[in-house]
Amino acid sequence: MTLFGTRVPMMASLLFWLLVWEIVGRLDVMFLIPPFTSIVSAGFELVQTGSWQSASMITLRSFLYGMTLAITVGVPLGVLMGRFKVIDNIFGLWVNMFVSAPLSALVPILMILFGMGETTVVVTVFLFAVWIIVLDARAGVMQVPTSLIEMGRSYGASRWTIFTKIILLSALPEILAGIRIGLIRGVKGVVIGQILVSIIGYGELFELYSRSFDMERFWALTMLLFAAAMLLSAGVEHFEKRIEYYAGAR
Amino acid sequence: MANPALARSGSVTSAASNDAVVQVREICKNYGDVEALRGINLEFERGKLTTLLGPSGCGKTTLLKIIAGLVPATSGEICVNGHAVTGPGPERAFVFQDFALMPWATVLRNVGFGLELKRVPAAERDRTARRYIEQVGLAGFEQKYPHELSGGMRQRVGIARAFAVNADVLLLDEPFSAVDEQNRRKFQEDLLRLVELEKKTFIFVTHSIEEAVYVSDRIVLLSPRPGRVSQVIDPMIDRSASPDDIRRDAGYLDVVEEIWQGLRQYAE
Ligand SMILES: Nc1ncnc2c1ncn2[C@@H]1O[C@H](COP(=O)(O)OP(=O)(O)OP(=O)(O)O)[C@@H](O)[C@H]1O
Ligand SMILES: [Mg+2]
Repeated sequence: MTLFGTRVPMMASLLFWLLVWEIVGRLDVMFLIPPFTSIVSAGFELVQTGSWQSASMITLRSFLYGMTLAITVGVPLGVLMGRFKVIDNIFGLWVNMFVSAPLSALVPILMILFGMGETTVVVTVFLFAVWIIVLDARAGVMQVPTSLIEMGRSYGASRWTIFTKIILLSALPEILAGIRIGLIRGVKGVVIGQILVSIIGYGELFELYSRSFDMERFWALTMLLFAAAMLLSAGVEHFEKRIEYYAGAR
Repeated sequence: MANPALARSGSVTSAASNDAVVQVREICKNYGDVEALRGINLEFERGKLTTLLGPSGCGKTTLLKIIAGLVPATSGEICVNGHAVTGPGPERAFVFQDFALMPWATVLRNVGFGLELKRVPAAERDRTARRYIEQVGLAGFEQKYPHELSGGMRQRVGIARAFAVNADVLLLDEPFSAVDEQNRRKFQEDLLRLVELEKKTFIFVTHSIEEAVYVSDRIVLLSPRPGRVSQVIDPMIDRSASPDDIRRDAGYLDVVEEIWQGLRQYAE
């Protein structure tokens, strides 16, 4: 970005908007927008509170359970769909329907089915994350070059060996890409699930802060969540890059 | 036309010679409604390189894969060392047109993959793999990944992998088609050296008439679909001369011309 002929670093635009926020906050135009500096200090206070820490533990736990379930179900299902036409025919329609469906609308039904508790949140995380994992694993398995499979056969590999040593490894970059997107969707799932259930974890805190008009803490919590989601995505991307060196080259 | 360098086998279904490693008997192949091969009878001798030559789509790859046991024939029989082929076997190795290397594995692991599948102990596998890596001129590249190599080098890996399992029969499907002209000539000379060295049976598919005449002991011309054997030519090139002299030799040029005339009828 250049301004009046001089190069302005990317971070400058962020700083500029934060400055605007700070000024608007200090002018007291809206109670919804407190000054940015007070949000930051509220954030520091927040992370030290017991309520935030236990809410974080619950959130993390629901997220991990939901994601583990999504990966252990999603990857095998996708792989099977990619290998067997029958299974693909049975599940293909549903997976494609759910992957783009507005799943938040289902959460109230989940609450009836699973109660107003953690189970509902875990199931929400699962439902948000699993479909894209299935689809990407399926795509990865389907794009394995036939010559690579023929190579395995011609050197005497059994079907199982071909599956484990060639098909799975060949599909690994796509499987990981699916898991990365799944993780990000899972973060959405855990937040939306908790907010809708609204008596556990961050949902409870959000409910509390917005009802008591504690906008500093409300924003601080939001920003912490944003930062966590970005960090998670960056972490997986970093891991993916180490695998990906061969994905682009095949 | 009297050509001293040209000896044609009179009958295509010649009587079984003693040293036939691979016998192809009455092979027919249909893909659904498409008749790819019809009534193929051929024999391939030990230590000889036979080239399958013919117009695109005439079934060269199909025949090679049937011999490899990768594709079942609709009817007919393949015998290797006297045994009927029902699937892939350790006495045959395939070199793929698109190399078929595992992108996540190093050159060393790729070359040793055939041995790995045979459960050869790691130390022995690596020793054999290294020897063949050196033989195809890739010493020093053992720890590189396929995407770090040029097309020509990748196919050398594919060839080393096929040699490493010590098969009697090597099946090569247009192995040099993705290689530039300079490297291609180098490859052809290396291939001749390996044929000399390794006393194996080579079955080779190419689109290039010059390449076929240069490297082959025998050339099988296939007709367009459905593929049938239309002509068998033994080029009888004197390989003691230098590569450049061979390519200028009158006998060599006559065989090239002869095959060109044979194929031209299909092009028109
Ligand atoms: N798996 C398949 N299913 C259906 N038809 C096929 C299949 N494989 C090959 N064919 C058909 O069989 C015929 C022979 O194919 P093949 O690949 O053996 O030819 P080729 O001589 O190797 O051709 P090229 O020189 O282009 O490589 C072609 O007409 C092709 O379309
Ligand atoms: Mg072909």
